[in-house]
Amino acid sequence: MTEKTVLNATHRALGARMVDFGGWDMPINYGSQIEEHHAVRRDAGMFDVSHMTVVDLHGARTRDFLRHLLANSVDKLKAHGKALYSCMLNEQGGVIDDLIVYFLGDEFYRLVVNAATRAKDLAWIEKQAAAFGVEVKERPEFAMIAVQGPNARAKVLGLLHEVDRARIEKLGKFAAAAAQGPHGMPLFVARTGYTGEDGFEIVVPGEHAVALWEALAAAGVHPAGLGARDTLRLEAGMNLYGQDMDEAVSPWEANLGWTIALDAGRDFIGRAALEKQKAAGVKRVMVGLVLDDKGVLRHGQKVLTANGEGEILSGSFAPTLEKAVAFARIPAGEPGAVRVDIRGRELPVRLVKYPFVRDGKACEGI
Amino acid sequence: MSEIPGDLKFNKSHEWARVEDGGLVRVGISDHAQAQLGDLVYVELPEIGSSVQAGNAAAVVESVKAASDIYSPVSGEVVEVNETLADKPETINEDAYGDGWIFTVRISDRAELDQLLDASAYEELVENEDH
Repeated sequence: MTEKTVLNATHRALGARMVDFGGWDMPINYGSQIEEHHAVRRDAGMFDVSHMTVVDLHGARTRDFLRHLLANSVDKLKAHGKALYSCMLNEQGGVIDDLIVYFLGDEFYRLVVNAATRAKDLAWIEKQAAAFGVEVKERPEFAMIAVQGPNARAKVLGLLHEVDRARIEKLGKFAAAAAQGPHGMPLFVARTGYTGEDGFEIVVPGEHAVALWEALAAAGVHPAGLGARDTLRLEAGMNLYGQDMDEAVSPWEANLGWTIALDAGRDFIGRAALEKQKAAGVKRVMVGLVLDDKGVLRHGQKVLTANGEGEILSGSFAPTLEKAVAFARIPAGEPGAVRVDIRGRELPVRLVKYPFVRDGKACEGI
Repeated sequence: MSEIPGDLKFNKSHEWARVEDGGLVRVGISDHAQAQLGDLVYVELPEIGSSVQAGNAAAVVESVKAASDIYSPVSGEVVEVNETLADKPETINEDAYGDGWIFTVRISDRAELDQLLDASAYEELVENEDH
């Protein structure tokens, strides 16, 4: 059974090419993926991300529970509305999922997790929550629209109730707040995203999603499909769960070491395994690759290094750079001259620090 | 979806063939195929002088999302390739049946043309695929 978001008919009316995405019937593009990509880099685009799973956590010991569940530390969240990116690990230190957690009240936190991992995430969270007496409540009645690009915030602000505008305009990066949208609809507005551009991710009750989408379109926000979302997040150096990491990969091996908080006395799931792996030396690393020759780097292509073979994880033509870039996992150590095998031909690639693109422009050295 | 020119013959795998003067056959992909693939970003052309076999991969087109083999509709020797595509692969998206041609073949067995679909049979195939 394919699931549909409340915006499904809206996408079809816009002529979207629909594909199955983790069990959801979603728009891959509305005509040209590349034009949608540029619209987000240069102006403002919107994505239906209602397939993502919103999970609310309530209870007196919710913070303690999250200190146990997540590899990043919720103790970094000082003010209500602040958000944190984290991995959720198994005991072996493998990544069950990556997520964003919002601190909404002393006994109230919100998680946004991936669509494709929904069932296993909920089962894992519920299992771990029992000991803390935390209530785990999925919120399928919510839709979600990401509005991204240099002009995204201004266009959203124009649609908010006057009394909310100044407050939402001042909202810091990785923070969220409630606000009233068109016709007084209740919105949860977060200054987060998955494109490397400024913007908002907006949680809206499903019955208001079409009206919000149409108001955004009337304000000049371009509909963009999941195809553009993928090239935007790759250029921005952001991992995709299932492609760049999974349960057989630790955060050390997925360039997510910056999200692990080894703060004193916090016994989170997977910590012992992560510390052991670090002490023994991490055997594989994730790197950024740029192909200066013509051709396209793709998931699954073989990467040849002085220390042995690796593999392309996410790889694509990058529309902002007009050449192919990729993430690859390769053996640790000095890799020498790195090549990628594309249909039997070995092409030289450059190892680079990523992100590849930030705020509309190629990063230095790309 | 643009009109399918009546002088074209098709592979079921969405390549077209146009018979031209002197036993030459021009090859490209259908408008339906380019729409399915999305924005093309790279075309790997065959070498001039190489031989291709009907039904075998002769070129590769890559869109943002995937790489796809292009199967030659006929056997023969490649005599010309569309160099424009090296810098402007999107020409295929813009004009699949015209400027977006990929290569021409000097056909070795004209009987192979009878194995291909005509325009109306191809149109029917595409319609059935869509439903």
